[in-house]
Amino acid sequence: MIVGIPSEILVNESRVAATPQTVKRLLKLGFEVVIQRKAGEKANFSDLQFENSGAKIVNDAIDVYNHSAIILKVNEPTLKELEMLQSGTVLLSFLRPAQNQELLQKLAEKNVSALAMDAIPRISRAQKVDVLSSMANIAGYRSVIEAAFYFGRFLNGQITAAGKVEPAKVLVIGAGVAGLAAIGAANSLGAIVRAFDTRKEVAEQIQSMGAQFLTVDINEDGATDSGYSKEMSEEFIAAEMALFKAQAAEVDIIITTAQIPGREAPKLILASHVAVMKPGSVIVDLAASSGGNCALTTDGEIFTTENGVTIIGKINQLPAQASQLYGNNLCHMLEDMGKAENWNINMEDTIVSRAMVTHNGQVNWPPKPLPVSPTKPQAVNTSKEEQKEIIKNKNKNIGLSMLIKLGCIGLLLLGLGQVAPAEFMQHFTVFVLAVFIGWQVIWNVAHSLHTPLMAVTNAISGIIVVGGLLQTKDSLNLSSILAFIAIFFACINIVGGFFVTQRMLKMFKK
Amino acid sequence: MISGIQTAAYVFASILFILSLGGLSSIESSKRGVLYGILGMLVAIAATVFGKDVEGHIYIIVAIVSASFIGIVLAQRVKMESMPQLVAILHSFVGLAAVLVGIGSYLDVGIKEITNLEKTIHLTEVFIGVFIGAITFTGSIVAWGKLEGKISSKSLIFKGRHFLNIFLVLVCIVLGVFFVISANDFGLNYLIVMTFIAGLIGYFLVMAIGGADMPVVVSMLNSYSGWAASSAGFMLGNDLLIITGALVGSSGAILSIIMCKAMNRSFVSVILGGFGTISTNTEATLIEGEITALMHGEVSQLLKEAKTIVVVPGYGMAVAKAQYPIYEMVKELQKTGKTVRFAIHPVAGRLPGHMNVLLAEANVPYDIVMEMDEINDDMSSTDIVMVIGANDIVNPGAEDDPSSPIYGMPVIKAWKAEQVIIMKRSMSAGYAGVENPLFYKPNAQMLYGDAKESVDKILGFLKSNQ
Repeated sequence: MIVGIPSEILVNESRVAATPQTVKRLLKLGFEVVIQRKAGEKANFSDLQFENSGAKIVNDAIDVYNHSAIILKVNEPTLKELEMLQSGTVLLSFLRPAQNQELLQKLAEKNVSALAMDAIPRISRAQKVDVLSSMANIAGYRSVIEAAFYFGRFLNGQITAAGKVEPAKVLVIGAGVAGLAAIGAANSLGAIVRAFDTRKEVAEQIQSMGAQFLTVDINEDGATDSGYSKEMSEEFIAAEMALFKAQAAEVDIIITTAQIPGREAPKLILASHVAVMKPGSVIVDLAASSGGNCALTTDGEIFTTENGVTIIGKINQLPAQASQLYGNNLCHMLEDMGKAENWNINMEDTIVSRAMVTHNGQVNWPPKPLPVSPTKPQAVNTSKEEQKEIIKNKNKNIGLSMLIKLGCIGLLLLGLGQVAPAEFMQHFTVFVLAVFIGWQVIWNVAHSLHTPLMAVTNAISGIIVVGGLLQTKDSLNLSSILAFIAIFFACINIVGGFFVTQRMLKMFKK
Repeated sequence: MISGIQTAAYVFASILFILSLGGLSSIESSKRGVLYGILGMLVAIAATVFGKDVEGHIYIIVAIVSASFIGIVLAQRVKMESMPQLVAILHSFVGLAAVLVGIGSYLDVGIKEITNLEKTIHLTEVFIGVFIGAITFTGSIVAWGKLEGKISSKSLIFKGRHFLNIFLVLVCIVLGVFFVISANDFGLNYLIVMTFIAGLIGYFLVMAIGGADMPVVVSMLNSYSGWAASSAGFMLGNDLLIITGALVGSSGAILSIIMCKAMNRSFVSVILGGFGTISTNTEATLIEGEITALMHGEVSQLLKEAKTIVVVPGYGMAVAKAQYPIYEMVKELQKTGKTVRFAIHPVAGRLPGHMNVLLAEANVPYDIVMEMDEINDDMSSTDIVMVIGANDIVNPGAEDDPSSPIYGMPVIKAWKAEQVIIMKRSMSAGYAGVENPLFYKPNAQMLYGDAKESVDKILGFLKSNQ
């Protein structure tokens, strides 16, 4: 089977759907690879490198489309590319199916099986083919680099002979993959990082990346089953805006990553927020392509406002890195679909069935919803008073059952006292008290000392030697002999037990 | 029968024993604890031997000296990995001694000079003492055999075994009644028959319990040996025996409870055996994903790139005696400024606290050895978790798969770390016989082979290119 990689024809696109390394992987999977001349040029991969990896170079896009059973692309096909696609071809590419209904219709008409890499469900198994995560990761990292470039100071705090440098304060809005990557990058450059997200569940992830989790005082969780966040109530948004305004005056860099799939990005940084920012501050808007999180953002442009705030609406895609990760994602996808040998479009498969947006001339969009977020246990909604009531009842029940138990025990003891002789009762008292003491003492034993504890109690249980000792006689009758054997074994126990405990405890060192 | 001085000595010995157990609450005071125990034992033996009722001092000395010699040799020779076996076999000695003391006591005291009621009570005590002793004896021997690998560690389960056990217990009770009401020496026959039957019960009890539950069994037998000593105390009217036996008995019981809690299983179900059989009946959830394997060089590369590393050892480490090279590796990693810690699950190994002892043997300082609860919260900020010869204790199915037989058991959340490296001999299920979804997670990678050899190789890579 032949896998074809045409050049990307969009002007701003410098990525490519394969790199010399991924070509090698594709060959290993049993595919043949055809690639258009200069396809990797903008991503710094030469034709020679591709050829050395085993790909066949062809001059024109049409040759790629005519020969290949599978086409790998980065951007959705333009009308011109659509023309060239052959019936029955499988296309793997970004397609933005939610916005491109018309394109899907055309692909279906041409009987192209189009797999939208950006529609892969976000389930654990799909992580290795999740191109959105790969790309978001790059964007998050790069957003910090861009911000640092336009920001006129160090990001980390320093104390030098020439004076003290304050660390930069960075606010990251939206803690998805891009946001978390941005937090990580900013943190490792030494900035003080804060992050905001409407989903409470990500607080832990934010903190683990080294940022402080900001939140508003309204109890509303933005988490949804899709893994993205939902739109929040007016009240929440008002509180959020107040928070952003306060933060804007304080921080030096704002990186926004909030996107809602298939919709315009929410406006989070308003003109009034930008106005209060310090001159020299930087805003990086990763949602620029879907309208921008900042009201002033212009998609694809970098400009400075009157009060000296730089707003970045485009960022470098790191084409070599992005192509490599995207190419790897594609390889994993092809591997999952059975490699060349057992190539199979399995519409029963959760990933394929949801990402394959056109197949057999049918448009297969939108797919059924699929929950992915870690399911949270449903909190039982009981008011405080109810809880108090429950606890009270519980206590009552415990009290009652304790009373019954104690009563039973008392009766049993009374019964025993009736029959048993006084001497037995004395021993019994000792026994019960000893059990209680043992119970209290042992719970305090450190967990790491359980094996030594066992060895010590083992040695101590050798106290049964006393029983043997009491039965010895000078004359060797049967009971006496039994007693000696008992002494013998019990002593092995005592000596062995204590000795081995000593040995163990000696090994414990700080 | 017991003089005032002797009683005083016994009280003193009891206090020393309690202090001894109390001393084990921390590592700093534990050595003092053992000294208290030894002192207590010396006081107890001396007070008894010099008491007026004891005769045959020569034989006593011979028995004690020869036994001490054997005890020291045993204790010195034993490898830390085979600690569980030693403990098990020592338990069987206590059981045996209890049986012998019981029978001896029946023969010795005879049934002279005591009233009817006292006789009944005394005989009941003898009977119960011998019963517990015999169960402890055979049970411990089976446990020893299983730990040593002489008996298959699989649980022996056959239909109707519960009925058989109940039946055997009933037979013992009936024999007990006969024994108590029988006149003159004929009772001895009942006693001996019962001893054999109790031995059988002990055998069946432990045979039915699988390898993974051994920590519970060993601590349970520990408890039994205490109760056996205690009941010997009742029949001899000796408070020291009663107190000491009760201390040991409750200690073993608590350990069993701790172990059971750590496995989220009821004590009764462990004792009745049959772990792992549940899984075959319920429909196991399908595990999605695939297994990726690594080579030693790649693992060392990953380790070099990591900052925080947690090592989770299991029984596999004990089997391979890998604790020494592991600590070597840890030291090597620490040299380059990495934070390396150990995470210990309460039931890792075959004895409570088994892993701690093995790591201590390799001189791992105990302040980098953490308990499960101490370290679980840090897992999400850990770069690499190395699971060495452990399986069930890192099984995420225990948290999220209600059909898993170990569902609800607290586990070390290795999967929360950035990367998990699992060192394993082969792709087989753990002792519980449960598939482990951890191996299929995208952030988990396997390294096959003997734990010791693998660690040695990784160590080689770590040292070679620095």
